[in-house]
Amino acid sequence: MRFSVKTGVPLLAAALALTACGGTTGGDDDNASGGGDAGSCEDIAIGYFGALTGAAANLGINIRNGVQLAVDQFNEENADCQVGLEEYDSAGDPNQATGLATQAIGDDSVIGIVGPAFSGESDTAGPIFAEGGLPTISASATNPALSTNGWDTFHRILGNDDSQGPAAATYISDVLQAPSVFVVDDASAYGAGLAEIVNESLADAVVGEDTIQTGQTDFSATITAIRDSGAEAVFFGGYYAEAGLLVQQMRGAGVDATFVVADGVKDPGFIEAAGDAAEGTIITCPCLPPEEQQEFFTAFEEAFGSAPATYSAEAYDAANVMLEGIKEGNTDRESLLEWINDYSGEGITKQVSFDESGEVENISVWAYKVENGEIVADQEIETD
Amino acid sequence: MSFLINNFVELTVTGLVLGAVYGLVALGYTLVYGVLQLINFAHSEVWMFGSFAAVWVTVAVGVAPGSALPVVIGVLLLALLAAMTVSGGVALLLERVAYRRLIRLDAPKLVALISAIGASFALAEIMGLRDRIVGWFGLRDDLDPYVRSARDNTRFRNPLETEGLFTVGGYTVTNVDVIIIVSAVVMMIALDQFIRRTRTGKGIRAVAQDSEAAALMGVNRNRIIRATFLVGGIMAGAAALLYLMRFGVTRWNAGFLLGVKAFTAAVLGGIGNVRGALLGGFVLGLAENYGSALIGSEWRDVVAFLLLVVILLFRPTGLLGESLGRARA
Amino acid sequence: MTSGKASPDTESGSARSMAWGPRLGWDRGALARRVSGLPKPVKWALIGLLVVLLYALPLLEIPIISTPDTDFGAVLFTVASYVLVALGLNIVLGYAGLLDLGYVGFYAIGAYTVAVLGSLQAQWSWWLLIPLAVLFTTISGVLLGAPTLRVRGDYLAIVTLGFGEIIRLTALNTEWLGAAKGITGVPRPPSVELFELPHLQWEGATAFLDLDDKTTFLFFGVADQAPYYWLALTVIFVILGADRMLRLSRIGRAWEATREDEDAAELMGVPTFKFKLLAFASGAFIGGLSGALFASRQGFINPESFQLLLSILFVAAVVVGGAGNRWGVILGAIVVAYLPERFRGFEEWRLLVFGAALLVLANFRPQGLIPPRRTRRAQAVDEQLEALEEGADRA
Repeated sequence: MRFSVKTGVPLLAAALALTACGGTTGGDDDNASGGGDAGSCEDIAIGYFGALTGAAANLGINIRNGVQLAVDQFNEENADCQVGLEEYDSAGDPNQATGLATQAIGDDSVIGIVGPAFSGESDTAGPIFAEGGLPTISASATNPALSTNGWDTFHRILGNDDSQGPAAATYISDVLQAPSVFVVDDASAYGAGLAEIVNESLADAVVGEDTIQTGQTDFSATITAIRDSGAEAVFFGGYYAEAGLLVQQMRGAGVDATFVVADGVKDPGFIEAAGDAAEGTIITCPCLPPEEQQEFFTAFEEAFGSAPATYSAEAYDAANVMLEGIKEGNTDRESLLEWINDYSGEGITKQVSFDESGEVENISVWAYKVENGEIVADQEIETD
Repeated sequence: MSFLINNFVELTVTGLVLGAVYGLVALGYTLVYGVLQLINFAHSEVWMFGSFAAVWVTVAVGVAPGSALPVVIGVLLLALLAAMTVSGGVALLLERVAYRRLIRLDAPKLVALISAIGASFALAEIMGLRDRIVGWFGLRDDLDPYVRSARDNTRFRNPLETEGLFTVGGYTVTNVDVIIIVSAVVMMIALDQFIRRTRTGKGIRAVAQDSEAAALMGVNRNRIIRATFLVGGIMAGAAALLYLMRFGVTRWNAGFLLGVKAFTAAVLGGIGNVRGALLGGFVLGLAENYGSALIGSEWRDVVAFLLLVVILLFRPTGLLGESLGRARA
Repeated sequence: MTSGKASPDTESGSARSMAWGPRLGWDRGALARRVSGLPKPVKWALIGLLVVLLYALPLLEIPIISTPDTDFGAVLFTVASYVLVALGLNIVLGYAGLLDLGYVGFYAIGAYTVAVLGSLQAQWSWWLLIPLAVLFTTISGVLLGAPTLRVRGDYLAIVTLGFGEIIRLTALNTEWLGAAKGITGVPRPPSVELFELPHLQWEGATAFLDLDDKTTFLFFGVADQAPYYWLALTVIFVILGADRMLRLSRIGRAWEATREDEDAAELMGVPTFKFKLLAFASGAFIGGLSGALFASRQGFINPESFQLLLSILFVAAVVVGGAGNRWGVILGAIVVAYLPERFRGFEEWRLLVFGAALLVLANFRPQGLIPPRRTRRAQAVDEQLEALEEGADRA
């Protein structure tokens, strides 16, 4: 831990005739909005860490908005404790993440981070956060290996691919009872990891597999392969942008196999891209059905003019875990980390508590279904 | 291998459809390269703006699928017109902002490439930030259907329903397949004739052959350059509509990858060669599909680029040779 | 043999493209003359001071220069690795005139060598990995160059672009290379912990020694980025020296001749293909070195770090700075790598502003920020010629 006590002698720096320019250490953030009369929570912020620009900006903005909503609601309710929000826009790039994570641990006012959003940037930022003792809760990075690195600051508020993959496989084999499945992935760490697990779990039922590229728009060769295989279900591991295009082109080509996808597709953007072709799509998600989310849903739409999207709710939960801790007087990193480790409470996506490696406990995976252009809860998937 | 043979027709038709789009976008690269020997890196953004114009027309008109045929045709033509206008306009703007000064100074070609790269970034970001930009003018709510989810996929509400026409080799060829391939070929022929027969077309060829001699012969070089950009933009607009009919969505950064592929197609066919662009597009589209079928979709781009390298090694100026100027009247 | 149009730099290279001379502002000559007029010891002292200042940058945290929204040491390292890449690409693009749009491929090969052999498939020593990385990239430069360099002009651009993508996609689709998950635990340079250096902290124009914020000299850890920057800076100085030697040698002149007019050079007895291959290999060498440093700083790499866009940014760095001038491309690399990090305050507008900046730079400083001396000389000649022609017209 660093303290902001400065010792030493003033140095002559007249050569640089730059007077009114702020320093570069922590505490100069202008995000501590509202009155400065807060007692114990003066100069406190939580951070959002992930993409806000670049090709993955759409995913990141959803997450940031979830955090933003939580912070805004908190500040409204607690006039005497205003918490700032620092944004670390990594553009999803592990290289930029290094500098930003170092910056974050050097900024004493930041005591918790929601993020990093993706698995790649988590790999570079994770050890830095661990060294700085800055607790993180990721709302979206699902690579199972992340919790095995021994970073004691690492948490994630959603099930990793190891929990979701088998659930999707169970749904396909037990509920859909599809005898033949075609597995597609998008070659991303998230999608490929998930597809691999589904592949292993379904074993003999898999009649074919293919890998597409993120950003690809033409899937005709893949669709030909799906049709050729005669599969009754198609599992796609990847995000909603490609999923929307894939299912749309599948239906356009007359392939009517059931389309099964995971939480990266649980986004209004999927339906926007796929239109009617999205109907009947099964989406597995380690998150509770949205009944309890109604209030969140309305507030989110009011604030940002669009419905909550992939991982917005998880981000909201993650931010709230930290905000509750701050309200309870855990206003430095060490005590906040302790608070998060011991936390147990009701979030809008799940019952939140973390195990020793930082994984969320009590994951229940639900299947959702697209009906009349809405993503509605179908049933809980029991895995053993 | 048996997979490729069993599904040969399907892979061929869908490959040709993809190739037709590549080819039409490639025309823009090829024309500008033929006249100025410049890689117009921002051409992909010209296409992207056209695709949004087409989407916005269908949003504004709000026609549902399954409308009467005249309505469908009317909306599609309107979308085509909008896409061509916007793409043509953006292409002209690009010429004005990113190129004109550099052409006048006769600056090194690399500098023009950088200028175009800068323009490309800026144009893509403008589309990706359109919700924020209209927000400045207080129009965020009024224009909501046009600007919402600016960083996300935007769907083209295609008024034309996909219908099977006839079945060959186990694949039902659809109306969209036919429309795309036929329009691409027709547009290429029209452009070829335009360049061969019209006054402007002759001017384009003259400047491509020897711009200084053309200028001495009374060809207004600047006007010809503008015309070249405009024609390339119009073709990109048409490609945008055809693309949307097939793939259904567009997005702020959709141009980049398509642009790389289209440029590859242009080089494959012989850059600067109008017919080569379409041929290159078809070859590339087919290669991607066949390659995917043989060794998996994850290697499709590898196949495409390896094919390019091999062809260039044996035919260093592309399949049909390069010169726009050498096209005979 | 194709017409001159196929290779843009042959016919239109020097003579025609210098016509934009007279609009050059900023007389660099004056400053250069004043400096070179100084007595030798003073000159050396000035250079020494500059070097010390460069090394001290991450400790000084000078306001305005320092990045307020991200760690300055990390940005300095990124800038340094861009500078290194730009120096390498400058040999290919600036000296030999070969437009390489797939330069990131070499960067990737260097990084992957260190990561795969240092973590994923074997645990070799860092001291062994760096030379190996450089060796592999140089070999791959020759292997890629041998077939492709027969292709001329802009065709080379698309072929190299293709190779860059092939390298990335191969890494992405090959389990042995870590696939999409990437590779963690890339070895870091061995540390020698000698002493601690305090950072400065500024309040207005007054600086304080911040005794709580210290960098351990040559501890290559996770969070403190300054040692990595020092390492990269040292490598830059070495490469700069080598670059200067190459440029002034027969090789440098052969490159210049090849770039200006390949056919003429060939006729004069310059084995152009051999020299182009050498340029490609030297460029690959430096690119691989930079990639290897990048991987060992980062500790983690995945294929997404080697996107096509990066190649384009590298080319932008070289051209914006002034292809062919080593100081120019260094400045260009600084512009391309530093500005987006410095102006994070623009948030979502960052890339829009960056694109616009590239556009403006290209249009208003087409010769690059610091053009090569030869370009400036040619401009001067051009102006003289123009003046003479005008005189002749009047007569």
